[in-house]
Amino acid sequence: MKFDTSGLESHGQLVGASDGLFNGFPTAPSFEIPNTTDFDCFQKEAIQMVKPAKGTTTLAFIFKEGVMVAADSRASMGGYISSQSVKKIIEINPYMLGTMAGGAADCQFWHRNLGIKCRLHELANKRRISVTGASKLLANILYNYRGMGLSVGTMIAGWDETGPGLYYVDSEGGRLKGMRFSVGSGSPYAYGVLDNGYRYDMSVGEAAELARRSIYHATFRDGASGGVASVYYVGPDGWKKLSGDDVAELHYNYYPVQPSVVEQVMVET
Amino acid sequence: MTKQQANWSPYDNNGGTCVAIAGANYCVIAADTRMSTGYSILTRDYSKICKLADKSVMASSGFQADVRALQKVLAARHLIYQHQHNKQMSCPAMAQLLSNTLYYKRFFPYYAFNVLGGLDNEGKGCVFTYDAVGSYERVGYSSQGSGSTLIMPFLDNQLKSPSPLLLPAKDAVTPLSEPEAIDLVKTCFASATERDIYTGDKLEIVVLNAAGIRSEYMELRKD
Repeated sequence: MKFDTSGLESHGQLVGASDGLFNGFPTAPSFEIPNTTDFDCFQKEAIQMVKPAKGTTTLAFIFKEGVMVAADSRASMGGYISSQSVKKIIEINPYMLGTMAGGAADCQFWHRNLGIKCRLHELANKRRISVTGASKLLANILYNYRGMGLSVGTMIAGWDETGPGLYYVDSEGGRLKGMRFSVGSGSPYAYGVLDNGYRYDMSVGEAAELARRSIYHATFRDGASGGVASVYYVGPDGWKKLSGDDVAELHYNYYPVQPSVVEQVMVET
Repeated sequence: MTKQQANWSPYDNNGGTCVAIAGANYCVIAADTRMSTGYSILTRDYSKICKLADKSVMASSGFQADVRALQKVLAARHLIYQHQHNKQMSCPAMAQLLSNTLYYKRFFPYYAFNVLGGLDNEGKGCVFTYDAVGSYERVGYSSQGSGSTLIMPFLDNQLKSPSPLLLPAKDAVTPLSEPEAIDLVKTCFASATERDIYTGDKLEIVVLNAAGIRSEYMELRKD
C-alpha cells in the first residue's frame, strides 16, 4: 500500500544548505512565493496577519573580563502580551550567544540555522569558528532576504582565539563590530543607564549589575519590555548564565517601599 | 492611475479556541468544535484536535484549510520518521518539526495558531505554544485562537508558575491533579463561550497520560 505523501509537495531548498560546504556565495532565496499580480500588497496582508512579536530590550557589551549579555523576556503582538517567558538569549554553541529582537520566529529559526553552520564549520576545519566568521555567515544570509519582510535585530557575542567578540547584525543586511550595543524598543532607556555606568575595567559582578539595572530601567519605562531580566557572561571557558530576576522584584529591591509617616486623620463629626 | 488592490484573499478565519495544560504526569488539550466564517456558522461539530503521535496532540485554530494541510504534512513526516528510526517521535522532537514546518512557509504562512501538548521523554506533561510562523516555547499552559485573550488571563491567575528563566530556578510544575485540570478547562470554555461569538457548541477534551489517550466531550452554549 503506497502511503499518502500528498501533504509533502517539494519545499524550496534553504539557502546554501545541503550541497557541499560554502561553495562561494549562498544561493538566491527559494522559499515558496505566492503567485499574485501584486506581491507587495499581498505581502503586506500576510505580514499584518502574522504580526511578528516586536518590542524588546537586549544589550551586550565587552569589558576587561569578557562579554556581558542581557535581555528581557516579554513578547508582544500589538498591544497583547503573548508571553512573559521568551528566551531572548539564544545559545548558539557553548561559547557563542545570540540575542533576539524583532520577529521571534525569524530570530529563532536563523539562529538555529547559524548554530548548524557553525558546527559544520568546526567539523570541516577542525577548529571553532570565530565570532567574526559566524556573524558574517548570518549577515550574508539576511542580506539575501533583504526587503522580503524579515525582522531580525541581533547581537552575536562570543569568545574566540582573538578574545571577546561582539557584532550587531540586522535584517537590513547591516553588520557592525563594537564594544557596546543595545537593541529593541527599550534600547534608548537601556543605553542611558549603560553608557553612564560603563567602564572597561569592571569586575564580572559590577558588569552583571550594570547589565541587570539597564534592562530593569528599560522595562520600567518601555511598555513592550518586561518579564524576567536574564544576564549571561561569556568568558574564555564559554558562556554562563549569571542571573534571571523578575523585574517586578528588582523594582522593590532597588526602591524598597518606605513606610510613610501617618499624619493625623481628620475625624468626621 | 491608482494602484490596484487585491480583491481576493487566500485566507479566511474559521474562529475557535484551543487550550492546553501540562501536569506532572498528564496533559490536557481542549478545543471547541464550532467552525465559522464571518458571522455564519459552517458546522457545530468540527474537530480542531489532531493526534500526531502516541505522545503528541496538536490543537489548532485559525484557517482550517491551512490547519488540515499542516496536519497532513506532519503526519507524512512522522510516518517517514517511524520508518527510518523504528520508533515514534517524542513530543519535543515533534515540537521542533512543527516549528520548522511553519517557518518553511514564512513568506506565505499557514494561518494556523497551534498548541501542541503531550508527554516528554520522562513522562511529564509538556505544552508548546506557537505563533503563525513557527516561533515556539515550552510552557506550562497556553491558549490560542479567538477566545485566547479571554482565557489566558484567567489561566495566569489560576496556574501562574514561576518563569523558567529565573535563576536560581524555581520549580514550575502545575500543582493541579488531572480531574482538577479538566474541570478548569471546562470552566475556561464555559466563560469564553459567553463572551466570544466564535467559541461555543461543544468542547472536545483530549487527555494524555501514562495509561494512554482518551477523549471527553461537553456541551457548550449554541448561540
